[in-house]
Amino acid sequence: MTAPSLLARSAAEVASDTAAGRLAPHAALDASLAAMDRVDAGPGGLNAVLCSDVVGARAELAALSLTPQLLLAGIPIAVKDNIATLTMPTTCGSRILAGYVSPFEATVIARLRAAGAVIPMKTNMDEFAMGSSTENSAYGPTRHPMDHTRVPGGSSGGSAAVVAAGVTRIALGSETGGSVRQPAAFCGIVGVKPTYGRVSRHGLVAFASSLDQVGVFGTTVDDAALGMQVIAGVDPLDSTTVDVPVADYRAARDVAGAQPLSGVVVGRPVEYFPESLDPRMRALLDRAADHLRALGAEIRDVSLPHTSLAIPVYYIVAPAEASSNLARFDGVRYGVRVEGDGLRGMYEATRSQGFGAEVTRRILLGTYVLSAGYYDAYYKRAMAVRRLIADDFSKVFSSGVHVLLTPTTPTTAFVAGSRSDPYEMYMSDIFTATANLAGVPAMSQPIGRMDGLPVGGQLLASHFDEATMFRVAYALELALGAEAHT
Amino acid sequence: MQSLVGELNGILGHMEVLQQVDVGGASLDPDATHGMRMREDVPNPIALHRAREEFAPSMCDGFFLVPRLSTHGSTDSADDEGEG
Repeated sequence: MTAPSLLARSAAEVASDTAAGRLAPHAALDASLAAMDRVDAGPGGLNAVLCSDVVGARAELAALSLTPQLLLAGIPIAVKDNIATLTMPTTCGSRILAGYVSPFEATVIARLRAAGAVIPMKTNMDEFAMGSSTENSAYGPTRHPMDHTRVPGGSSGGSAAVVAAGVTRIALGSETGGSVRQPAAFCGIVGVKPTYGRVSRHGLVAFASSLDQVGVFGTTVDDAALGMQVIAGVDPLDSTTVDVPVADYRAARDVAGAQPLSGVVVGRPVEYFPESLDPRMRALLDRAADHLRALGAEIRDVSLPHTSLAIPVYYIVAPAEASSNLARFDGVRYGVRVEGDGLRGMYEATRSQGFGAEVTRRILLGTYVLSAGYYDAYYKRAMAVRRLIADDFSKVFSSGVHVLLTPTTPTTAFVAGSRSDPYEMYMSDIFTATANLAGVPAMSQPIGRMDGLPVGGQLLASHFDEATMFRVAYALELALGAEAHT
Repeated sequence: MQSLVGELNGILGHMEVLQQVDVGGASLDPDATHGMRMREDVPNPIALHRAREEFAPSMCDGFFLVPRLSTHGSTDSADDEGEG
């Protein structure tokens, strides 16, 4: 078995062969590291990997006791650099956490390792997950694997890029407003945001605690479903996780019968298909809907009337929470300290030199909307409108709709440096932030191309019904076949 | 700084649309629990993989010692220590 062909096989197959002894424990890791060396480093590389731990990963695999129960035996998984690992730094793409190594590891990392996976690399990201392009990293921007002049999306752009470039089949990212689904759409891979409370955030560096979730990237639906299967479930170390049984997300992987989606109602919210939507993108969504109809699903037009308010709400709630969460980075307790005149001077110097422009902007915005004179006008009102957005989803899902089909993003991957206006950049999240505000699960999968660049189709489901979302995703992926990438 | 002020004003301008929304029955109280179950407020100790002494700048009698500010004068006096 040569290295490139290993990366062409599903993570589940490779894990199964590794667990059964048909593949050497380090075979998948070797293939992954060779691919990383080929595509990532140097001036012409992707700059998707911030740190790697080859020695640690090899040692872990050498000590691995192989059993058939190990769902991820020998599978290398890239992890976004805001998820705490023991052997590599966790910088969040920020100068202020340069060199910071966590004394504990995230629950999701512990679960992946317990399933036989290894974590050989940490990936680049927008600083503290604030951005939609991975241009806001203190360690330089990540490039789009198919076109180096373009962005891979963000904020989990490094994880998306390594999966799209064939370095790993599975990667972890994090979502606050679309930071897994948007880069997955831009890079032509699968990205999943679980229900709020489905996956532990213990060890995920907090950005906006009422929105943050750990998400999974996969080359295919099955790769992503496998990763999600392993990390999902209640965690005593994260009191926001909910003790709801974890279904078999991969139950529908072998779609059988002529009409596998018979009885499934797929809603098409009119607000996600505005007049301004590129007609080619609309046509790709129509094609996906036609496939779902042919598979037995009923396609129904629905309305989520408060959709257009998601970005103003999101960019009040998320910065407000960030301004509080990021107060801990003060030069005393973590990472970098820059000396100044007295204690206040040290705080100012550390934070002004440690944080980049976008993080500074959001901390100021968040502090402003929480301030005494503006709290009611901005934060309190945003929270009320957030409830209306969540109620939109509740009404649609209680009317018999099982999943929603929408575009993931309004455009394909844009050219690096082309969005200098912050609000224009924020609008990248217009179709994704709603799921975070409502707490519902959502995923993006490739449904075709425009001008050679990937287009993502988004599926959303009701709380804790990831299983139905994956069922539809598997069927759509199979029906699209090669069309998903052409 | 002036460009930052302009950017922030521009962003806040986009937020004005929320003032026009009829929030009707939606609660304006961000503290409302909306019927969510509340857990017991019991802390769970985090299992550290390295002893605190390994990653603390320095320790004394089980407490962290925060590094002294460079502008904070002499380090001779024992009274100045242990500000953490």
